Amino acid sequence: MPGLHPTLSLGNELNLLAAGFFLLATFGLVATRQVLDCVSVFAWQSLMLAVSAGLVASETGLTHLYAVAAITVMTKSLLIPWLLARTSSSAVVARREISQTLTVPTSLLIALGLATLAYFLAAPLEAAAPGAHVGVNLPIGLATLLIGAFTVTVRREALPQVLGILSMENGAFFAGVAIAPDLPLFAELAAAFDVLVIALVMGLLTRKLHERTGSTTVADLTELREE
Amino acid sequence: MILQLILVLPLVAAAGSFWPSKRRSLPGIVTVAANGAAFVLAFIVAARCAGGGVVTALGGVLWCDAFGALVLVVCAFAALTAALFSIGFTRRKTRPMQAGRVRRYFVRLNIFLASVLVVPLLANVALVWIAVALTTLLSVFLVSFDRHTPALEAAWKYAVLTSMGAALALFGVLVLYWAMRAGGGYAFTWTGLASIAETMPPELVKMAFLFMLIGYGTKTALVPFHAWLPDVYSQAPAAVCALLSVLETTVLPYVLMRMLPLFPGVGINWAGVWLMVFGLLSAGGAALLLIQVKDLKRLFAYSTIENAGVILTAAGMGGAAGFGAMYQLLTHALAKPFGFYAAGGAILFLGSGDLTTMRGLGRRSPWAGAALLAGGLAVTGAPPFALFLSELSILAGGARDLLFVPVVLLTVCMVIAFGAVVYHVTKVVFGEPAEEAPAPAFPVTYLLALVVSFVPVLALGFSLPAGLQHLLRLAAAAMGR
Repeated sequence: MPGLHPTLSLGNELNLLAAGFFLLATFGLVATRQVLDCVSVFAWQSLMLAVSAGLVASETGLTHLYAVAAITVMTKSLLIPWLLARTSSSAVVARREISQTLTVPTSLLIALGLATLAYFLAAPLEAAAPGAHVGVNLPIGLATLLIGAFTVTVRREALPQVLGILSMENGAFFAGVAIAPDLPLFAELAAAFDVLVIALVMGLLTRKLHERTGSTTVADLTELREE
Repeated sequence: MILQLILVLPLVAAAGSFWPSKRRSLPGIVTVAANGAAFVLAFIVAARCAGGGVVTALGGVLWCDAFGALVLVVCAFAALTAALFSIGFTRRKTRPMQAGRVRRYFVRLNIFLASVLVVPLLANVALVWIAVALTTLLSVFLVSFDRHTPALEAAWKYAVLTSMGAALALFGVLVLYWAMRAGGGYAFTWTGLASIAETMPPELVKMAFLFMLIGYGTKTALVPFHAWLPDVYSQAPAAVCALLSVLETTVLPYVLMRMLPLFPGVGINWAGVWLMVFGLLSAGGAALLLIQVKDLKRLFAYSTIENAGVILTAAGMGGAAGFGAMYQLLTHALAKPFGFYAAGGAILFLGSGDLTTMRGLGRRSPWAGAALLAGGLAVTGAPPFALFLSELSILAGGARDLLFVPVVLLTVCMVIAFGAVVYHVTKVVFGEPAEEAPAPAFPVTYLLALVVSFVPVLALGFSLPAGLQHLLRLAAAAMGR
């Protein structure tokens, strides 16, 4: 792995650990069968993103990354799970199994393939512009982006699809912590706002769907399919 | 100051639409007034930029050159006609006691319009991404205005697929930022990036472009990322369709074309090739889909994809066709809203948008029939409408630069699309109506929206004013085209 070299500082090692947990949460989103568990896995994934941002901040001295970490924890780990639970009715988040088009083992195998692909996509970029944490954060962020997209396509339930999209954004920002650490704070704030709007709009839409059809299995919506 | 005012006006109208009045027409009138004023201001900005100037505000956060002004002015014009059309639409769709529902529609419409108008004015590429993502999220509940299951299904698909696209584009934007820092730049703006195009690592810029092409391409509904589009257009109100169509053929191509100067070299560069590939794929795919379409608004929706494909292909070709790309961007954004309003009128008179049963519109209402026929001809580039001249300028420009392969392919796509649209539209307009029912009244604002949007489509079909031609030339030059 490109990020592992003999003189590894404590910060680097901790970041590696956070990245590992981050990727684990991504796989968790693929494998989790309960809606509520999906939400908490997403909250953990966001927390790992914040930890990585904090570690990069302490390494590089870019203090505004601490603010990014704080914003991430507040919006993605706390506010969004609360918002999703609040906007969608209790029946949606009740403990029940999510149906999906592929079985969990098959999904995990494909996710593994996507993670490998991400490493191959990231390698030429790292070579072009090497950076401190790029070797760890870029491939894992990219893997989460791809696996998130995959999750959205295989999940047949509304809330897990929303979480898939939000985890895609998490993946992009996890890479962003390393490749664009000095991205201005106003852009980060605006992006956090955008993520909140996603959660709010899609939560409300889920609720309307549930009121109208009595179900949130979005894959059953096929009235508009062209024959 | 003028740029801030353009953005504040729709927001003021949104606040004004909140006013708890029992009259259902009040929010619409406020919206038309504010967006009319915004259009006049946008026109002034365009006139300044046509003289070669750049308008900036808020210490450079807002920045507008000729290309931005072109996009701004056509979006503001579409906003004005859509607001007009919406007055009659909301009146017809709601009962007198439902003033609250009308208010909510106009509040959402105005906030959405603000998010559209801000895109060509933002200098910072990260903020452009956020504004584009917001255009999706703020239009979701406009799409589902009809509140029945198919409308919610369409809104869901729209939100999920375009948000996935937005996440991919976000990664592209972050990689582009990385490329800028690696190239020694500090200003994450379109001009700042173009000035260091030579020093940025090409691998990073290429990867950023591909992610942005796929991400924004999903929102543009380029083939093969177009799955959401036909459903959304068959369910959304005609005014919302018109605005989404203008958004997809002006604002999103604008964002993609802004990437062209980041690749050094004249003529067809690396990004231009990709724009041509996806442009031709979209124009061809949409032309074939147009043949088998069964819903009137889907017909115009596929025509939107076809035109987005034509614009991107022409932009990729560059040279003389680059001017044609700007020309087509202008004329399509003027013609397509007219087409959607005409389709809205046809659906009002015939009761549904099902192409297999719609017959005899001309008998029910000669004016609605004539409007739909003109709309079908105008969006496919038949003379004497504006799109004819712009399509001709793309094909002639490409031929002059000896780019025969794309020119021939584009011609084939345009001919198929023309044939398919005319076939479907004539079947709806002529023939016998299925049943004799009392004809509904034509809402006055439908007529107004049709007339106002028709004037430039016809006027620009005869000649292009010198000032506008200058604006288009400057816009094409800004893309190195």
